[in-house]
Amino acid sequence: MIVRIGDNIISALGFTTDENYSAVKSGRSGLRLYDSCMDAPEPFIASLIDKERLNDEFSRTDFPSFQNLESLNLESLTVLEKASILSVLSANKEAQIDLANPRVLFIFSSTKGNVEQLTMNNEQLTMREDKNCSLSIVNYSLYLWQSAQLIVNYFKNPNTPILVSNACISGACAQIAAMRELESGAYDYAVVIGADMLSKFIISGFQSFKALSPEPCRPFNANRTGLNLGEAAATIIYANGASYGGGLRVGARNAMTLVGGAIRNDANHISGPSRTGEGSYRALRSILQDVTPDEIAFINAHGTATPYNDNMEAIAIARAGMDAVPVNSLKGCFGHTLGAAGVLESIVSMHALLDDTILPTRGFENKADDCSLTIVNQMMPTKKSYFIKMLSGFGGCNAALLFNKTE
Amino acid sequence: MNLYIKTYRHLINPSPMIDGKEYLTSVYRSLGIDYPKFFKMDNLSKLGFLASELIFKDDPSRFVPREDLAVIGFNRSASLEADTAYQATIQDNKNYFPSPAAFVYTLPNIVTGEIAIRNKFYGETSFYISEQFDAEQIFRTVNHAFQDKKTRSVLAAWIESFDGTQEVFMMLVETETSEIPFSIKQINKIMNN
Repeated sequence: MIVRIGDNIISALGFTTDENYSAVKSGRSGLRLYDSCMDAPEPFIASLIDKERLNDEFSRTDFPSFQNLESLNLESLTVLEKASILSVLSANKEAQIDLANPRVLFIFSSTKGNVEQLTMNNEQLTMREDKNCSLSIVNYSLYLWQSAQLIVNYFKNPNTPILVSNACISGACAQIAAMRELESGAYDYAVVIGADMLSKFIISGFQSFKALSPEPCRPFNANRTGLNLGEAAATIIYANGASYGGGLRVGARNAMTLVGGAIRNDANHISGPSRTGEGSYRALRSILQDVTPDEIAFINAHGTATPYNDNMEAIAIARAGMDAVPVNSLKGCFGHTLGAAGVLESIVSMHALLDDTILPTRGFENKADDCSLTIVNQMMPTKKSYFIKMLSGFGGCNAALLFNKTE
Repeated sequence: MNLYIKTYRHLINPSPMIDGKEYLTSVYRSLGIDYPKFFKMDNLSKLGFLASELIFKDDPSRFVPREDLAVIGFNRSASLEADTAYQATIQDNKNYFPSPAAFVYTLPNIVTGEIAIRNKFYGETSFYISEQFDAEQIFRTVNHAFQDKKTRSVLAAWIESFDGTQEVFMMLVETETSEIPFSIKQINKIMNN
């Protein structure tokens, strides 16, 4: 069991968790139509971070030791790196831990990192064809580990960061990694960062799959038309529950803890969800060993709004005997934020439960005839103390996390 | 928990002069298996797939579905080789042909999915990136994976395919006692053999 002691979300809906949670609660969405953006040949709907505000807030950060780091050039930081650093700084305003302490481990989750920098000139392209897709000249910041190391250097943390890249479930895997590291006693605190930014690379890929919706997405809706993409950097700072006063800070009434997590594979197809929801069902079954469905306030599903994903999740949830548990999706507010999704959506759901609230599924109106789930379409109060976060991704991977509010 | 390396395999393209695709195809042919999906895979997935075939080819209980085995990959370059290939298809808007078959391989964890599909592994699949081969991190991560109560075996691999390097080092780590204890020292020893 590990305890949340601080968090932050940077997205189209704001630069703090409070801004984001309030926006979602008041029914707002970060999704907009973009035309002629990022050199994408077709218009697309997405939830994008305000880059002017990001640069402005970043330039106003006052981190004295930063000036002493000769290896870091502030100008060379990418949007992904700046957003991640800002997110950690904001999360630590609440957590108030010494990030440079060797008992603190950084865990970074991203699917595509700085992939937008992967542009090549004709000479390099010719070389690629000749030499088995290998480029001898590579922009250094294309390596995911370099971004993670840069962020860790910024905070003068001495440990090698852990870097998870497990498709769209990365944000859940990073939290499971944090749980394992802290419960084994290897570290006292884990800073879990999930971040992904959009680029022509990512947008064109999802377009090629015909997965992008021409309208704001409608998770679990009968005639849903696909997903929208989103940008985010989100951070959760966790402490080891056992060494953290039984999970309760002095004076704090409620604490959110991550009590379980499982990753399972469909063993079926690398890009198509299982028709039996196999991996997702097995992940749910694993975390349900310690809790019964009637104790669960809600399930925050992956709910991307593609026909196949939502159908697969509905089958998995029903197989796990949770038809009656309220299910919501946050993709109508943030879009699919890839490697950040697991972190961001866990934070919003944690704050909803601390607020005794079940958030509605923006964009949802009517469910499909064959869907037996209880999809949340308006805000509801709850007195229960558990929620489940689900995620699924390419490669057939699925994750489920179990969170608990300790009173 | 005491863990053991039940078996391991090391594949490396011996020369930068040997074309990566040709090297991988020659290893595939030498195995005498028939798995047409192999030819759709990117090099990273092919490398991992081939090493897993070498590890499981003589296992009498192979292909029986199991949830107690986790597949965990590690590397330096994530999917940069597949990323580069995909980028070439979208670089120029006048010559724009993004392919879903190419895009799906722009994620490093796809190789773990390919191995799971081939062998009917329903357990955990994960992928981690690090600056270089890091026996300490591999040791710790594999150890931690056994915190999942279902997991009894971990197929762990360092798989790198980028910029002239093609290498996979894969080991099957189990709770069941065997000759090689699972330790940082043994990981380094086997890797550098």
